[in-house]
Amino acid sequence: MTALLLPAPILIAFATAILAFLFRGGREGRWISVAGSAVMLVAGSILLVRVLAEGPQAAQMGNWPAPFGITLVADTLSAVMVVITGITALAVSVYALSDITAEMEDLGYHTLFQVLIAGVTGAFLTGDLFNLYVWFEVMLISSFGLLVMGGRRVQMDAGIKYVTLNLISTVLFLSGIGLLYGVTGTLNLADLHYAVAGADEGLVTVIACMFLVGFGVKAAVFPLFFWLPAAYHTPAFSVSAVFAGLLTKVGVYAMMRMFTLVFTQDTGFTHGLLLWVACATMVTGVLGAAAQSDFRRILSFHIVSQIGYMVLGLALLTPLALAGAVFYLVHHIIVKANLFLVAGVVKRIAGDTEIDRIGGLYRGAPVLAFLFLIPAFSLAGFPPLSGFWAKYVLVAAAMDLRMWVVAGIALAVGLMTIYSMTKIWGRAFWAPHPGAVVPRLSSLPPGDRVALLVPIAGLAALTVAIGLFPEPFLRIATRAAEELFDPTAYLTAVLGERS
Amino acid sequence: MEFLMALMVGALVSAAVYLMLARDVLRFLFGLVLVSNAANLLIFASGGLTPEAPPLVPEGLKAPPPDVANALPQALVLTAIVIGFGLFAFALILIYRSYQTMGTLDSDRMRLAEPEGRD
Repeated sequence: MTALLLPAPILIAFATAILAFLFRGGREGRWISVAGSAVMLVAGSILLVRVLAEGPQAAQMGNWPAPFGITLVADTLSAVMVVITGITALAVSVYALSDITAEMEDLGYHTLFQVLIAGVTGAFLTGDLFNLYVWFEVMLISSFGLLVMGGRRVQMDAGIKYVTLNLISTVLFLSGIGLLYGVTGTLNLADLHYAVAGADEGLVTVIACMFLVGFGVKAAVFPLFFWLPAAYHTPAFSVSAVFAGLLTKVGVYAMMRMFTLVFTQDTGFTHGLLLWVACATMVTGVLGAAAQSDFRRILSFHIVSQIGYMVLGLALLTPLALAGAVFYLVHHIIVKANLFLVAGVVKRIAGDTEIDRIGGLYRGAPVLAFLFLIPAFSLAGFPPLSGFWAKYVLVAAAMDLRMWVVAGIALAVGLMTIYSMTKIWGRAFWAPHPGAVVPRLSSLPPGDRVALLVPIAGLAALTVAIGLFPEPFLRIATRAAEELFDPTAYLTAVLGERS
Repeated sequence: MEFLMALMVGALVSAAVYLMLARDVLRFLFGLVLVSNAANLLIFASGGLTPEAPPLVPEGLKAPPPDVANALPQALVLTAIVIGFGLFAFALILIYRSYQTMGTLDSDRMRLAEPEGRD
């Protein structure tokens, strides 16, 4: 049963991709994509329930025993990430019913989208380092295709920066894998946990730094984030929503996994470095956003800023801080994907994403204004929305360690996030439209209105639900953090009992 | 043997860095190809080089004798080469299409997605 449960979400996404490819000439692909995402969400949820009930689950692919074969393993963090991937995939595939043009469908949008989801899910579930590299590549190549699909000039420009910088990070990651294998002779993550203990500490720290840079580019931390604000505002809105929600978070996840399970021998150096990286990421991201005036570019810089919070949780390396980071990951994926979806509707009814060229949305489309306010305030950390609890836990963890400066930076960055959100609110929603038109939701065909607004409302409802009833979510995050902090259960699930 | 390999990896990386510092994105891509080959060689060497000892199981035994070459890094390198080939084919086409649509390969003049000085 477990042997089937673990690969199921990946296989479902791949099967959906193949089906969508077979039907790419017609309009059935979009419904296949929606159905496939829904089934994948169900499979992920079953996995999460199982993990919560019985602890980490592992399955050896091809019946090769660990550490020789490829292991798929799900602890609480992995299972939660798979579920949130399913939620994002479902929301975006519903949104794509209206957002993606027939031309892009013919080019194979739904296939690439599902391959991307399969890659993301695989990266969350694998227990093998080289396999993680392969999933990263699956994710990367499909994201390349999605980013430049349509072939507008601005997409080409963005594509070059995105592709080249991500390829550099891939090479660094690959070299790190090679060196780590040379030092330890194993690639299984659980086995590596034991193997690095016997290796030369200095050498392992050097390798850890290669991983830090490799994953740092993927996660878009300071000073490696420049590809992100150059690229995320150019593709279709569905594409940028799923990128914003999931892609950088895979980098953060990989960092959290490697720097709690494998690279923990010199935490004073590696995690001390991460701490300052995290602070610089928070500050530069939010300052970058303040200088922008395009809806999606503001949001892109805020992704960078928010990544800093998650890395901060990892850098502090206490159970509470890790719980904060996990909670932040989940909150951020929901909120950020939602804000990009809202940006898409704004573009449709007001004609632009440059906030100086639009306006009057509050008057013309109060429902949309309300749906923007929820994720925007959640992002800034207003109680009682999900972002408040995420920031609260992280700041509390920093104060527990008496790191007043770090806690202060985290709070100040929260305040500056409000500045950007009110800038969008003031200019795009409150100020009158410079063209003296009143953008209205009723200008959209009824079918499109449903397809666009249902995912936005659903994700907003989820944000409110997490905000009002944080208790069960915090409990799951705490449990995920405890498993990261003390990986005994993970190691036992993969390798069996060890004396 | 390992020493020669290390020298070669070093030479490839330095050539790659030199190429990647160019503003011309095509030269950048060539640099990237070189550095990814350096990474492949590095994985190959990290498994330990044992010439003249193929990883074969002699008849009648269940496992190969202890001193044979490690076959795993070669499998890893093979995977990495295939993936790298796909990625670079894509990157080359992307650069070609960009040259067609933007009319330049100079990365300093690629400012469409991030226009300068508008504030």
